[in-house]
Amino acid sequence: MIWIINFALLLFMIICALAAITVRDLLHATVILAAYSLVMSVLWAGLNAVDVAFTEATVGAGITTVLFIAAIARIRRCSED
Amino acid sequence: MRENVVIRTVCRLFVPFIQLFALYVIVHGASGPGGGFQGGVIFATSFILLLIAFGLPCVRGRFGRSWIRAYAACGIIIFAGVGLTCILFSGNFLEYAAIETALGIPHLQTLMIDIVEAGIGITVMAVMTSIILDFVGKEEEEPL
Repeated sequence: MIWIINFALLLFMIICALAAITVRDLLHATVILAAYSLVMSVLWAGLNAVDVAFTEATVGAGITTVLFIAAIARIRRCSED
Repeated sequence: MRENVVIRTVCRLFVPFIQLFALYVIVHGASGPGGGFQGGVIFATSFILLLIAFGLPCVRGRFGRSWIRAYAACGIIIFAGVGLTCILFSGNFLEYAAIETALGIPHLQTLMIDIVEAGIGITVMAVMTSIILDFVGKEEEEPL
């Protein structure tokens, strides 16, 4: 049962990572990256690395998302090519 | 979004709980997962919530530039002070056992770890808040 959950989480993480680099809109990429960080933190917690999971959840999903959104507010949101 | 009473009320209700959880993570860092860095970042997150709900002037009014600078310096002073006190008692940097054996107080080591974690937490909280507030603020604001 745990094996299935782990597999689903890993699959979702890979899909998120691929989507974050292929999507055109930078805001969408940032939100997808936050979801990636959250899944990653759950996986770290599953590997008994609770400290790393904590850092991933706070810095990865929290602070960097806000920093990216603040940066996007100052530049163009979509690439033109 | 600033006028929405639901968002404002929920944010106002949640901020103290986030800060309490941050303090729990900082204090719990010696005996379990967590620690100064994570707790400080969670504490800074509460200011981000205030920023989203109430805007930059509110956060600047509650936690001004001079206060941020003072907190950041304070945490570093606590961290370095404990470390250098250990050298004073002829130990290595941050070797708490030297103080414990010199003064003969039991369980001083755990207390020292908590003080160091609190120093790290204060500095991380202040610097993270400063980075985000400076990032969000406009250029017209007074620099530094």
